[in-house]
Amino acid sequence: MLAGWSCFDRIPVPSPHLALDAIGFRHGARPILDRLSLQVAAGERVGILGPSGVGKSTLLQIVAGLVAPSSGELGIDGASVTGPVPGATMMFQRPALLPWASVLDNVLLPSRLMGRRDPGRRDPGRRDPGRRDSGRRDEARSEALRLLGEVGLADRVDAKPHALSGGQQQRVALARALASRPRILLLDEPFSALDPEMRAALRADVKRLAQERGLTLLIVTHDPADVAALAERAVVLGGRPAGIVADFTLASEADLRARLGGHVSQNGREAA
Amino acid sequence: MSEASLAGRPLVPPIRPEYDHVLAPFVEAPVERVLPFSTRLWQQDWLRKGLIIVALILVWEGLARWQDNDLLLPGFGATMSALVEGLVNGELLDRVRISLVVLMQGYVYGIVLAFLLTTLAVSTQFGRDLLSTLTAMFNPLPAIALLPLALLWFGLGSGSLIFVLIHSVLWPMALNTYAGFQGVPETLRMAGRNYGLRGPSYVIQILIPAALPAILSGLKIGWAFAWRTLIAAELVFGASSGRGGLGWYIFQNRNELYTDRVFAGLVLVVVIGLVIENVVFAAFERLTVRRWGMAR
Repeated sequence: MLAGWSCFDRIPVPSPHLALDAIGFRHGARPILDRLSLQVAAGERVGILGPSGVGKSTLLQIVAGLVAPSSGELGIDGASVTGPVPGATMMFQRPALLPWASVLDNVLLPSRLMGRRDPGRRDPGRRDPGRRDSGRRDEARSEALRLLGEVGLADRVDAKPHALSGGQQQRVALARALASRPRILLLDEPFSALDPEMRAALRADVKRLAQERGLTLLIVTHDPADVAALAERAVVLGGRPAGIVADFTLASEADLRARLGGHVSQNGREAA
Repeated sequence: MSEASLAGRPLVPPIRPEYDHVLAPFVEAPVERVLPFSTRLWQQDWLRKGLIIVALILVWEGLARWQDNDLLLPGFGATMSALVEGLVNGELLDRVRISLVVLMQGYVYGIVLAFLLTTLAVSTQFGRDLLSTLTAMFNPLPAIALLPLALLWFGLGSGSLIFVLIHSVLWPMALNTYAGFQGVPETLRMAGRNYGLRGPSYVIQILIPAALPAILSGLKIGWAFAWRTLIAAELVFGASSGRGGLGWYIFQNRNELYTDRVFAGLVLVVVIGLVIENVVFAAFERLTVRRWGMAR
């Protein structure tokens, strides 16, 4: 039943492998990113740090295929990226939920759009409905409900986003991102608008859910605590135009902060 | 205790049981008190506004009686009886129908043109320049000033009316819709594209609903402009093939010195404007942008 469903199932071991090769980006005449090369292995969790305005978010948008690089090559699983990439899902600083849709409908958005494109994916334990539309719609619905349960919002599925708190909205955004069955989850300062308690709770959720699914994680942040909690590798951007000034495996938060001292000013915690 | 041992430990105040009193519930006086009936009544919006209207009517009626000249200033009673008479014998309803039919044609054409222009403007540089130049030129031009020209081109009839109506709706509508599209948050656009939306489905599922508050306000402004323009245009001429709308009704009755009917027509103009704005548009807003938390 699984066989022949999609191109993804035919690859025996899915290898979400991200390769940036000499990526450059210019905003008008102003160079932002300069020949930036980065390799990320499947399931790796990478924190991208750097001062405000250095081009961290732009880098993430390039990886998602939302912004075209001015030069260089970007490949995901060996395929060159030329437009929005299915499977590379972004979570933004603000939840970016559709205000006119209920919480459940927001989470259902990706599956509605994926419709024909990418049915049941690599998780062999997942039952794929062989039937067309209605079966798939039911499955999408139950999966959306399950995801909302996992982020602790099972009782708010019919609410409109504006009735939720900022933290709850960001949880809906997380559930929506996971509903798109991503291989790469791109987080763009997803916790910066939250208070510290909420931030820690959501961080734990992201970590648990991403680990369960073996997702490749790229998180852009100016808060070393985010990176320490979520990532196993840190990439520091710096300079103008920006390049990678440091790339190392994380030992501990204290170690990270000590290493960052050289690259990012510690009081450089401006509002993003 | 030294400073060092305090640092790094959360400070918890010591609890001294001898000072830890449990308070008895407060029952000496009512905590909640019902406001006096008059105060609650005065909080009703409709009542306060209603009282203002009643006061105005009293002043009007008093002035009319003191003036004692129905040709110049008919009183409230006379106006109402003319209004009821006009409604009962069907003449006013017929006039309103004629006006609204013409209005809707001009309104719909104007909206469609505005959407086309806005679509062009969001997708091409040329469209943007076109929109900004055209609106800069024509938005300040009162529609009624085009009427002589319209009469020359389209003759006496609904064609000229529709022409000036389109002019009155198109520019404010296009400006508002364009501003609405421009104002869609970048994150929402990116989220839409990130989930694979593009082309028309991106416009319909993301841009239009996200810009709906601005589009709605464009529709409201367009409606208000169109209604004023129509009544004014009908006053100038408006009887095509012997059938005129509400403005023509007012003009005709002024010529025949039925001043009470003139007043009745004016009252109806106000009432219809209010009903469309406060019932039709308000309901639409309540069902959409308010329910979505996009407007208060």
